[in-house]
Amino acid sequence: MNAPRLRTRKLDIKTGRVDLSHGSGGRAMAQLIGEIFHKAFANDLLAQGNDQAVFDMPAGRLAMTTDGYVVSPLFFPGGDIGSLAVHGTINDLAMAGARPLHLSASFILEEGFALSELQRIAHSMGAAAQAAGVKIVAGDTKVVERGKADGVFISTAGIGIVPEGIHLSGERARPGDAILVSGSIGDHGVAIMSSRENLQFETQILSDSAALHGLVADMVAACGSSLRLMRDPTRGGLAATLNEIAHQSGVGVRIEEDALPVKKQVAAACELLGLDPLFVANEGKLVAFVAPEAAQKLLAAMRAHELGRDAAIIGQVVEDEQNFVQMATSFGGDRIVDWLSGEQLPRIC
Amino acid sequence: MKYVEEYRDGKLAKKIAAAIRAEARPDRDYRFMEFCGGHTHAIARYGLEDLLPKNVRMIHGPGCPVCVLPVGRMDDAMRLARLPDVTLCTYADLMRVPSSDGMSLLKAKAAGADIRMVYSTLDALRVARENRERKVVFFAIGFETTTPPTAMAVLSARAEGLKNFFVFCNHVLTPAAIQNILESPDVRELGLVRIDGFIGPAHVSTVIGTEPYEFFAEEFQKPVVVAGFEPLDVAQAILMLVRQVNAGRCEVENEYVRAVTRAGNRKAQDLVASVFELRASFEWRGLGQVPYSALKLREEFSAFDAEKVFAIETVPAQDNPACECGAILRGVKKPADCKLFGTLCTPETPMGSCMVSSEGSCAAHWTYGRFRGAGAAREKVDAGYSLTRTSGSPKRLAQPKGERQAS
Repeated sequence: MNAPRLRTRKLDIKTGRVDLSHGSGGRAMAQLIGEIFHKAFANDLLAQGNDQAVFDMPAGRLAMTTDGYVVSPLFFPGGDIGSLAVHGTINDLAMAGARPLHLSASFILEEGFALSELQRIAHSMGAAAQAAGVKIVAGDTKVVERGKADGVFISTAGIGIVPEGIHLSGERARPGDAILVSGSIGDHGVAIMSSRENLQFETQILSDSAALHGLVADMVAACGSSLRLMRDPTRGGLAATLNEIAHQSGVGVRIEEDALPVKKQVAAACELLGLDPLFVANEGKLVAFVAPEAAQKLLAAMRAHELGRDAAIIGQVVEDEQNFVQMATSFGGDRIVDWLSGEQLPRIC
Repeated sequence: MKYVEEYRDGKLAKKIAAAIRAEARPDRDYRFMEFCGGHTHAIARYGLEDLLPKNVRMIHGPGCPVCVLPVGRMDDAMRLARLPDVTLCTYADLMRVPSSDGMSLLKAKAAGADIRMVYSTLDALRVARENRERKVVFFAIGFETTTPPTAMAVLSARAEGLKNFFVFCNHVLTPAAIQNILESPDVRELGLVRIDGFIGPAHVSTVIGTEPYEFFAEEFQKPVVVAGFEPLDVAQAILMLVRQVNAGRCEVENEYVRAVTRAGNRKAQDLVASVFELRASFEWRGLGQVPYSALKLREEFSAFDAEKVFAIETVPAQDNPACECGAILRGVKKPADCKLFGTLCTPETPMGSCMVSSEGSCAAHWTYGRFRGAGAAREKVDAGYSLTRTSGSPKRLAQPKGERQAS
């Protein structure tokens, strides 16, 4: 993102809109980048003003990830596409136990998108990055004709450092391991649904969108190598994550319905809409698999952190060559918790 | 959640289960059909089978509107959706139902057809209101529960003067289907299916009441217990059916007293009668042509009737020959008896409609209960509902794949 000083009129952020010139590589683009993105993301590496950020890396293994964000609506209770684009990518790094360092951000803007909304989103990204202690060090902006996108799509990539001795990976679950979740499930998906126009459904549920690396650092500090793996149950919800792990590790999973933390409002909304909280997306929760002897210690460490206050042990890993995820229902029977079939709700992140 | 959690209470469930075990006579078995997909879903989702003694078996009935919609009508909907000036509004359940050419509304949407998923008829009316230049067709399916909202939509459209709103009516009737099952050769002559009693519909009965079932109870000597869709409702209804069978009674009882009366919702019934009339016959998937089992729009609403406006002539179409949906819908076979189940046919790539809807027997068994069947020998049709359960002890995990293949 190169931003030369320009002696032109300031961007009309209040009433202005993105037009094709903002993506053309000319002055208009430079102005957009300078007045919106540089201001919102301000940091020394971005200020280098090159096509890439150059920096020294601390020793250790690197973690790298990328993610695209197309959530609709762009602003929802508890967050927006900007904060989500920062939190989501940080969380993907954090699930490896990594300390996130830097992000890049790429924007696909639709012609006609309000500059005021773009600024709001950029500020939200900047604030989320600052709060998380990461820098947005590189970026790109493209503009497409009206109708070829939906306001704004954001893609972020991130790198982080994995501390010595930490090896978290989806194939490491072993029979007997305890399974913990960091808090109530389904909040994000229900918050998105409640803000969709065509559902006309009001609720006080806020998205749980949050950066989890602080919580992860505390968990790693408490349990170290007893931790097998972590994953954030986003699209497809807890059900998809547990099925992924069961297949990746070649094990079965048994959870207890009574142990699952679900907010009353979320349960009620799901009941009305015919959804199951197990399949509804989260953006600020993680699932951790840990050696059984370290489970209580991990639970205590999670509950001591603000983002893990409602953490719970929800089940355990069992031997099962069919890799089923099964749940003892509150009612007293057993059922499978399968992958989500089809689309429960499109464009939730 | 008031009026919901009370009916999912695990402690109460154990008490009712204990009563069923105590009262079910060990010298006989009990085979009850739950007519509705809603009950099938509750049984599978809450693992109700694990609480029942081995000699009480549930047979899944055809009460899933998506499942009983014949392929020919799905083809009609596809043809409508592909018309350039038509917007087809449908409940999400129908999106993945395969048509006879291997397409689905989901695939047609991806290919450019204007298909909108709606949550209610009000949404469809809104789409029509906001897109006056489009012909908006509501793909109406369902039993008596979803019929009054469709009637209301038609009346609203007429009152508003909406000229671009049409209904493709596939509404069907529960009592006609129950009678068809009881009169079918499977039940009467071949003895393939023995049914000792019915769990009667929940939501349907809020509209039609319990009175229509009195005929079956008396004529066919089958007890009927109308029950809600929560798992405790189903458990209680099973207990009530066991008691009726033991006492030799064949009555209509109402477990769902919090919502259902004997007469039902007269206002809704009148509304439906003002807009719809009986079809002489309608094809049901699995059951074939069933006389007086479905509704069509009355003559005075012809301008809203998609069948007339778009001159729809349904061509009967064949299901995949290996698909056992028909036999499953009649209660003759179980999902695991079908060769396609879990191999070619899964919720991701459904071959038959019973795998599509969450209320379908196949989808319910696949999604919630297939660990029970894993490793068990596939039973023959005539032994399909014999005393032996396919599962081992309830807590046992599924058997290895190898064992399943060997069976």
